[in-house]
Amino acid sequence: MSISQFKYSIIPEEAEALRREVRAFLAEALKGYPAVKRAYSWMGFDAQFSRLLGSRGWLGMALPKQYGGGEASPFARYVIIEELLAAGAPVSAHWIADRQSAPLILRFGTEAQREKYLPPICRGESYFCIGMSEPNSGSDLASITSNAQKTEAGWLLNGQKVWTTNAQHSHYMIALVRTGDKEESGRHGGMSQFIIDLSLPGVTIRPIADLSGNEHFNEVFLDNVQLDNDALIGAEGNGWGQVTAELAFERSGPERFLSSIALIHTAIAAIGKQPDALQARDIGRITARLVTLRNMSLAVTQQLSEGQNPAWAASCVKDLGNVFEQDLPEILQLLVEDQPQVGGGSDHAQVLAYLTQMAPSFSLRGGTREILRGIIARGLGLR
Amino acid sequence: MRELFESTIERLLSDIATPEYVRAAEQNVWPADLWRALEENGITLAGAPEEVGGSEASWADLFVIVRAAGQHAAPVPLVEMLLGNWLLEQCGIGSRSGILTVATDSTLTCSAGALSGELRYVPWGRNAELVVTVVTSDEGYDVVLLEPAAAERIVEGVNVAGEPRDILHFSAALPLASVPLPAGLSPSVLLAGGAMLRSAQIAGALTAIMTLTSAYAGERKQFGRPISAFQAIQQQLAVLAEQTAAANIAAEAAFAQSDTALATFSIAAAKVSTSDAASQATSIGHSVHGAIGFTREYSLHLLTRRLWAWRSEFGSSTYWSKLLGEAVCNAGAEGFWPLITQSHNEQLPISE
Repeated sequence: MSISQFKYSIIPEEAEALRREVRAFLAEALKGYPAVKRAYSWMGFDAQFSRLLGSRGWLGMALPKQYGGGEASPFARYVIIEELLAAGAPVSAHWIADRQSAPLILRFGTEAQREKYLPPICRGESYFCIGMSEPNSGSDLASITSNAQKTEAGWLLNGQKVWTTNAQHSHYMIALVRTGDKEESGRHGGMSQFIIDLSLPGVTIRPIADLSGNEHFNEVFLDNVQLDNDALIGAEGNGWGQVTAELAFERSGPERFLSSIALIHTAIAAIGKQPDALQARDIGRITARLVTLRNMSLAVTQQLSEGQNPAWAASCVKDLGNVFEQDLPEILQLLVEDQPQVGGGSDHAQVLAYLTQMAPSFSLRGGTREILRGIIARGLGLR
Repeated sequence: MRELFESTIERLLSDIATPEYVRAAEQNVWPADLWRALEENGITLAGAPEEVGGSEASWADLFVIVRAAGQHAAPVPLVEMLLGNWLLEQCGIGSRSGILTVATDSTLTCSAGALSGELRYVPWGRNAELVVTVVTSDEGYDVVLLEPAAAERIVEGVNVAGEPRDILHFSAALPLASVPLPAGLSPSVLLAGGAMLRSAQIAGALTAIMTLTSAYAGERKQFGRPISAFQAIQQQLAVLAEQTAAANIAAEAAFAQSDTALATFSIAAAKVSTSDAASQATSIGHSVHGAIGFTREYSLHLLTRRLWAWRSEFGSSTYWSKLLGEAVCNAGAEGFWPLITQSHNEQLPISE
């Protein structure tokens, strides 16, 4: 791996042409949508909005047409999702399905699985969550103990997942569980992925309130859940490899540096057109960092469009992006004399209150800072 | 053309501009053989028209030359010459051969066609045969081409990396050429162009620090294993890689977007991103190297001292971020995101 993977790349014209259309759509669809809700970014849930995007052809865009997709380039999808994120559109319902479940099912699923799951994802009707972390397995994902035992009818699933974003709103969870003995199959062997219908008997979902009182993530209990044979996705025992491939999608997008953009908007509005020297300097530096991160992200998209695996470069962008989106509340609370306020207060005060409290999660979800930097170091040949 | 430039300059600088060579140049020795090699291979005139021996390269192609100059700490005004000749082409004076530099910090005034005052902080002013600058004239601004030999006095100075940064005093000196600054060019054109150059040199130096520091961490053993085996070191090197990647793409974007006119919005973003990256990278480079990296003998300082100089030259991170911030606030909250997605086409109002 080397930094030469970051080749300056531009968005092709046919993809750039979508921008005007999506901007006009969002200006209309989000008219009067409050700033604090825009700050929810890809944690804002609105099933109706997701279906609206589906009807526009903006979900599953890169999928083959036979499954309801648009066969669009990664850059076309990039333009749509960065516009959605910049506007603070409520995209959480379909986000994970569109970003990583659909590509995973397309790549590793059987024909029957593709036909069953992909078209409703493209319509914005079917929502997915990711079952990876467990109470005793966070960064050390290979230590999971949830397991599926082969039965005559299919698989019997037992265990527990935690920090599962959107499980309470989702139809399916794609879970990584153990299907083989750890001693026999090696540290990264003996794991498989299943598509779990969350309405099945034995599945219990309990939301966990975060420090702000919001309920985004959940604990999911799996007690003797009986799965059909076709719940297995990909090859038995290949779960680790599949998850690694999935993480390239999970970590490569602009949502890894745009989570706090709503606060830039409210800060600029609060500062006005005549910034003082400090405000000008800090807003300018934020702008430079954002422009550079976006160029890095476009380089990752270029790799995707060339069919390469951008996992290493994506880790660089995610880590640098998380630092950026966590810095924003810290920098911007010093630029405007307007204290954070949860109820009442200005748009800026409310968005500041929300994002200040959310910021710690930015470098936890999708891989912690230390794990990402470890991946980067490995790519550099240091470990 | 880019590949050819890259392999040529890489070969020349690897062969000639060794750490010992750069150290010698810091002792006020003009590196005549390096300059001759660059001239003979067409690098000094890479951007100039073919009829004067150039390759008519665009900034997008020249990027690799400028970055390599930074990567090898080339102790010559190569990048200044590329910029000076670019401006001479833009205004119709035409490219010159020889040793040419640029000046942005000026008190020169023009009276009856003669120039008096100072050019300050001129890169290799003592060695240059020609210097390009922009002066205030009765009608506005002129691009002028001067001979340092015509200076009444030269006060030699060096930046923190020992690179010549001289003051040239002129008293009623006649320029070799003087033409009005073309419409569409800012009087700060050399400042913006210089910021673009330094951003690519910084990216190059960061790349070299990255290589040097990773290699050192793999060789140096403590507690019975290479220090690169320690997570604390790995995490620092990961950040160094991120900052190096950020600096490289920021600088490349500025060059790639400056084909028709200098892309000042992207140049500002590049100078801020690279200057800030320089601060982090020098700190990590020295931290990982330990005491050996702090010695005169080891070559890390040939890069880090240049970064400490270059991040401040042609406008610091603060200078450029303030300009960006003023433009962004002026566009308002609604205008912010469109400005980001159109940043490659945006111009900044620059006034000195």
